Amino acid sequence: MLTVVIIMISGILVGYLIRSFGKLVKVNDKLTTWAIYALLFLMGIGIGANKVIMNSLHTLGLKALIISLGGVAGSILLGWLTYRVFFKKTE
Amino acid sequence: MKGSLIILGFFSLGILIGAYDLTPTFLLETDYSQYALYVLMFLVGVGIGSDPKALQAIKAMNFKILLIPLTTIIGTAIGMIVIIPLLEGVNLKEAMAVGAGYGYYSLSSLIIKDLHSEWLGVVALLSNVIREIITLLLAPIFAVIFGKIAPICSGGATSMDTTLPIISNASGKEYAIPSLVHGIVLTILVPFIVSFILSL
Repeated sequence: MLTVVIIMISGILVGYLIRSFGKLVKVNDKLTTWAIYALLFLMGIGIGANKVIMNSLHTLGLKALIISLGGVAGSILLGWLTYRVFFKKTE
Repeated sequence: MKGSLIILGFFSLGILIGAYDLTPTFLLETDYSQYALYVLMFLVGVGIGSDPKALQAIKAMNFKILLIPLTTIIGTAIGMIVIIPLLEGVNLKEAMAVGAGYGYYSLSSLIIKDLHSEWLGVVALLSNVIREIITLLLAPIFAVIFGKIAPICSGGATSMDTTLPIISNASGKEYAIPSLVHGIVLTILVPFIVSFILSL
């Protein structure tokens, strides 16, 4: 966790230093998109190769999916309220 | 939307390669996803630092950032109460414990396996992986329909790492730091909340 925070803060510092170089900022956006694709591809491999996940999908998968949907739905609906009440005006 | 479909494409391709044991050996020897994540975190940081509006917006939010993890915790609990009639063979306490993994599947599934049972541990693993996948794919849509906090809440504990770049894209760079803080707070709380629920 500390690693993640340190890496991000050093990124922010580098970003602050290059903020007036528009070209570099654009390149950074492109790189970010491709890094997301790479991460998702690698995560997919990790999940696909995980026998526990793949073998239990047909038995416990539906229960798990219902719980996930409930958690996400409850969170985003309340998130909508929090955003409306506390955050929207700040922008 | 187009971005989500491309992401889904890469993700599905990865799953197929992993499931059919087609993974090239150099990918098996080292876990590159960890490094991909670090590169990504750095790039997201550069994006925030180079965007003057992002830095200003973060200053204006201050303590309100802590309302976001609270929203996720309460929202998830409400969600469990609503879906419990649909679940066969799972009681509310068990569903609440699984939900309180907030996407942190590695740790929550281990705790639940230890304190409860093997099968519920597997449900926690699957459910929290699915929560992460839903967020990765739908964050842009959540941001448009439910506002900029929604993708963060959906991501749960993963909003500090794996889903952070997608959230930052969907909600804007000014929400990257709130997303990071949200993920850290939930990551710390997961073990406490899960064991508390199971002890009831």
